[in-house]
Amino acid sequence: MNSLAQQRRTLPGFGLAMGVTITYLSLIVLLPLATMLLSSLGNGPAFWWQAVSAPRVLAALRLSFGASMAAAAVDVVFGLIIAWVLVRYRFVGRRWFDALIDLPFALPTAVAGITLSALYAGNGWLGQYLEPWGIKVAFTRLGVFVALVFVALPFIVRTVQPVLLDLDKECEEAAATLGASRWQTFRQVLWPSLAPALLTGFTMALARAVGEYGSVIFIAGNLPRVSEIAPLLITIKLEQYDYVGAAAIGSAMLLLSFVLLLVLNLLQRRLQRVQR
Amino acid sequence: MSRQPQRALTEGPWVRALLISVALAFIGLFLLLPLIVVFTEALRNGVLPYLAAIREPDAVSALLLSLKIVAIVVPINVTFGIFAAWAIAKFRFPGRSLLVSLIDLPFAVSPVISGLVYVLLLGSRGVMGPLLQDWDIQIIFALPGMVLATLFVTFPFVARELIALMEQQGNDEEYAARTLGAGGWQIFLRVTLPNIKWALLYGALLSAARALGEFGAVSVVSGHVRGYTNTLPLQVEILYNEYQFQAAFAVASLLALFALVTLLLKTVLEHRYGRELKTH
Repeated sequence: MNSLAQQRRTLPGFGLAMGVTITYLSLIVLLPLATMLLSSLGNGPAFWWQAVSAPRVLAALRLSFGASMAAAAVDVVFGLIIAWVLVRYRFVGRRWFDALIDLPFALPTAVAGITLSALYAGNGWLGQYLEPWGIKVAFTRLGVFVALVFVALPFIVRTVQPVLLDLDKECEEAAATLGASRWQTFRQVLWPSLAPALLTGFTMALARAVGEYGSVIFIAGNLPRVSEIAPLLITIKLEQYDYVGAAAIGSAMLLLSFVLLLVLNLLQRRLQRVQR
Repeated sequence: MSRQPQRALTEGPWVRALLISVALAFIGLFLLLPLIVVFTEALRNGVLPYLAAIREPDAVSALLLSLKIVAIVVPINVTFGIFAAWAIAKFRFPGRSLLVSLIDLPFAVSPVISGLVYVLLLGSRGVMGPLLQDWDIQIIFALPGMVLATLFVTFPFVARELIALMEQQGNDEEYAARTLGAGGWQIFLRVTLPNIKWALLYGALLSAARALGEFGAVSVVSGHVRGYTNTLPLQVEILYNEYQFQAAFAVASLLALFALVTLLLKTVLEHRYGRELKTH
């Protein structure tokens, strides 16, 4: 029953479903994205390069990608601990904490943005205790990082959790019976299964954080070349009617994300091959 | 059994306590505290100013516009999701995995870019701008543009839930119905739909939540016409930038409330129908 023709004959609707899917995908996603790529080259490749390599644009791209990587890396550590605690231990309120993990998915980014700045502003809930120590979060790069840590957390926890749930307890028991310490068991038995999931989570977190806008702009202060993220710079160019410039930054972001995702996917494949 | 392996099967009490403390401290600091801040700041001056802020005409019209966008976007996502999942999960064809990646593509695109692409395509200075102007059609800085940007952002939600589930369920039941002489729509309505209804609801819930709260994409195409193209998240931004913090948090608390309801419904769906949702 596996040949293409047989299956198509067996279930109807392939042509209609495929036609609707391709048409809708093209109209809503592909055509608009292609327009942006073409628009970005509207004044020629030299202009594209000039627009993208302007110091202010480079600084914004560096901040968006750098802060996202740092935030995703921090979330890998804490996300693993949180997933471990939620899966392996029983304590009061565990279910509530578990449900709360998805808050950054559900809470609108603008709400997260103004809330984080109320927390970390100089006179804010936490800011008033941090500033005497010389730690300024709001209106600095640290603010961008904090907002991205918030945004990226669920990606790590939600990719690691199912893997932890599926892990075979017997392997751990065997390791323990053979005299392995708990740390040895973690390092040699659990880690090889967890690492690919962590990398997947890291990749998804990164993809989301790089483009994040709403939760960052309120806390970042948006100083050009200091705490201005790339998506914000796009909106600034648009407000100045610099459509080609905006499209150039957009296409550069897409290109960089694409390369990054490709590298991470290659790494993922190597990780899985080493495992086998 | 000797005690040694028993002990090595779990962490010591101190390690356990430490890990739980670290996890809960992180959740408390990054997730619980922001939630508390929203409602506290909203009620800072008491209940009356809070009620006044959410009854303000601009806030009400923003709420209505947000709901209108959700009401347009979610049915379109559901319809497309069903067609896409039928094509991808029920059949094998060349380029299938590419198609799946393309459906997920909007997740990897910045919301700002999702708005930008439509300004470049349909804005007055965009590729189709002159044509649309001749016909006197306004898309950007108006409701249609905001709907399109939201459709882009919420594109994958329903489709990916359904694809994952339907792939796992296989085609056996549909084949059986086919053999018994059922037609295409009959198979879908009587066999497939009952099997995927909870996943469909789950995807619709996620896409509704995102449509209601979308900020970046809608902000780029809205033009910020107060009382006319302002959604709830945009209203939050305007109030905040006007230093009306209490009012901004009051409107934000409505959105936070919607988010909490979403989380609650999501958790209920996952616990009650977890097996029928598959991926969770």
